[in-house]
Amino acid sequence: MAEIRVHQLHKAFADFTAVKDSSFTVKNGEFFCLLGPSGCGKTTTLRMIAGLELPTSGQIFLGDEDVTFKRASARDIAFVFQMFALYPHMTVRQNIAFPLVSQGLPRTEINRRVTQATATLQITALLDSSVSGLTSGDRQRVALGRAIVRQPLAFMMDEPLGALDAEFRELMCGELRALHDRLGATTVYVTHDQREAMSMADKIAIMNQGVVEQFGAPQDIYERPASVFVADFMGAPSMNFITLSAALTKGATTVKMGETSLQLPAVRDDISERPLLYGIRPEHVKLSDNAPFRAQVTGVEYLGNCQIVTLRTPAGGTLRAKLDVRVKALRDDQVGLTFDSSQVSLFDATSGRALSTARDDIAVSTSQNRGAIHG
Amino acid sequence: MADLKIVGISKSFSPVPAVKDLYLDIASGEFVVLLGPSGAGKTTTLRLVAGLEQPDAGQIWINGRDVTQVAPALRDVTFVFQQYSLYPHLSVYDNLAFPLRSPLRKTSEDDIRTKVTAIARMLRMEDKLNNPATKLSGGQMQRVAIGRALVRNPALYLMDEPLSSLDAKLRDDLRLELKRIQQDTGATMLYVTHDQIEALTLATRIGVLDHGDLVQLGTPQQVYEDPATVAVASRLGSPRINLLPRAALPHLAVPDSVATIGVRPEHVLVTDDRSDGGQAFALIQRVERLSDQYLLHLRLQGSEHTLIASVHPGQAGHPGNKVHFHISHSLCFDANGQRVRH
Repeated sequence: MAEIRVHQLHKAFADFTAVKDSSFTVKNGEFFCLLGPSGCGKTTTLRMIAGLELPTSGQIFLGDEDVTFKRASARDIAFVFQMFALYPHMTVRQNIAFPLVSQGLPRTEINRRVTQATATLQITALLDSSVSGLTSGDRQRVALGRAIVRQPLAFMMDEPLGALDAEFRELMCGELRALHDRLGATTVYVTHDQREAMSMADKIAIMNQGVVEQFGAPQDIYERPASVFVADFMGAPSMNFITLSAALTKGATTVKMGETSLQLPAVRDDISERPLLYGIRPEHVKLSDNAPFRAQVTGVEYLGNCQIVTLRTPAGGTLRAKLDVRVKALRDDQVGLTFDSSQVSLFDATSGRALSTARDDIAVSTSQNRGAIHG
Repeated sequence: MADLKIVGISKSFSPVPAVKDLYLDIASGEFVVLLGPSGAGKTTTLRLVAGLEQPDAGQIWINGRDVTQVAPALRDVTFVFQQYSLYPHLSVYDNLAFPLRSPLRKTSEDDIRTKVTAIARMLRMEDKLNNPATKLSGGQMQRVAIGRALVRNPALYLMDEPLSSLDAKLRDDLRLELKRIQQDTGATMLYVTHDQIEALTLATRIGVLDHGDLVQLGTPQQVYEDPATVAVASRLGSPRINLLPRAALPHLAVPDSVATIGVRPEHVLVTDDRSDGGQAFALIQRVERLSDQYLLHLRLQGSEHTLIASVHPGQAGHPGNKVHFHISHSLCFDANGQRVRH
């Protein structure tokens, strides 16, 4: 078990910079997700922590030890890949025992650890089956077994669920998190799926073009995104953005948009005239017959427990509302919209960074009781 | 645009039956999604319709014509595969134009330009037309692959998990785009997926397949709200439906034949106060916060059974809290997993 500290990590491949000056700390026992779109540098970061790739500059600490230039095999880290690389001609027991056999551990110790690992993963009944006949879920469990049997300081997982069916992925998410809690080991988990990250992680680093855009607890990132990129990436459907241009004075709670004005949490600083993005999540948009903000329904997606209604504004923008299935909305309906103004985010459209508002205070207070809720 | 009739087709890869006596009528302009786990027979059905497999029994009719014995190229269908297959040495434009330049079709270069430009606009890739196909991201390549299917205007589109190889975010965007394109063009679509969100949002009707059998066929609402079996009920909906043995919920009045009670997380209403309609006690074990959804993991009083409730942020509570809950709607199943209506 160990803390992982990454300091100013930088990696360039020829003229391409994969990771730029990334710093973050994964606390002992935390489930940590590196999240972002393809090519954002998340896998490269993971591979550097594991020692499969050497950084161009920066440092990596595992516990108190600087492991930046240590070989992968000397780092006491176990890696679980997207494609479970099992030996097809071996049984489950032989596959799981393999890393221990190659370390030359005594046989009784190997048996003890294999038994313990398979019990943890609830695959004891499969011990003597051949891996080639297993379902994809059981193969993934065997791959995990091979990682946990080594009792490493930390686990590195690179989209371990990417190859599984959607339905099964949800089940495995729960299983992986429960496994993590039982073992108490530090886990670094790479994914492009924000739902996976939201449901499993204690902390998330969301990356974009080699840069860590935001680091924090999942719910904080969701409720208080630091940039337009983060706001857009987290949540399905994405946050809505309304483009406007305005100057705001400190404490302002409305912003003009053409004839109407939009409410927002009090801004913390004076904002000179500039292009802004007014961000509101789909679950905070409601239909209201008489509201002055008008829109036309262009699509309705039924999701069973809710519906996603796509709307076109007179200015030509697209908004999405996540509504109760009982709300009636049909294509081509003209509707009024209201926004839950306490949940609005405001961004500088040019820099893409969030502007500070009274909402930040609320988010801080919810983050403080997060530990209690999650625990 | 055309209709499709699948009349009693069967196919087995001996000894395993992949598709069993399947009947399916798809009207012109319909978007039918076949949903099921791996090995359910979805892809085999699609390949049978395309002519890439020959059925052991049954017929396939496209637009009033029996095409069972017709070669794939002459069936007027296009197939989009899970993995985009583009010509790497060609530009986006030439990849999109390729099906139109087939000797079977003889389209003039002017017509080709008009059609390719229109499709590129629809796919929002006008500015990428001259890029080599290899210089595109995965999502862009898949869009070109879908575009190549759309440019031909065939009678029928067949799509085999076209979005599953994409990043989650892109999948969400492209899903909406695909629905829009289908609605705008009025295309007839048979689409295969194991992703329930795709099925619910894209389909005019969903066919749920399990071990080669069509278990249920209906609109997304019908399949979600009125599932025929336990398997259908648990396949649709996220978070998944709670399935409890009847004895775990003794206060619910249900017929004698009921073995399993299914309760969707949104139908478990949690209250602090019994006068508010609470029916039973439970203990909050864990509170899971998933963006705008808060999931309470509840342990039922006096039993080992757990129940997940989906609640609003204000109702979340804390682990260890004792709460009352009320079940506003439940689905009953017999010992064989068949629905019991009452």
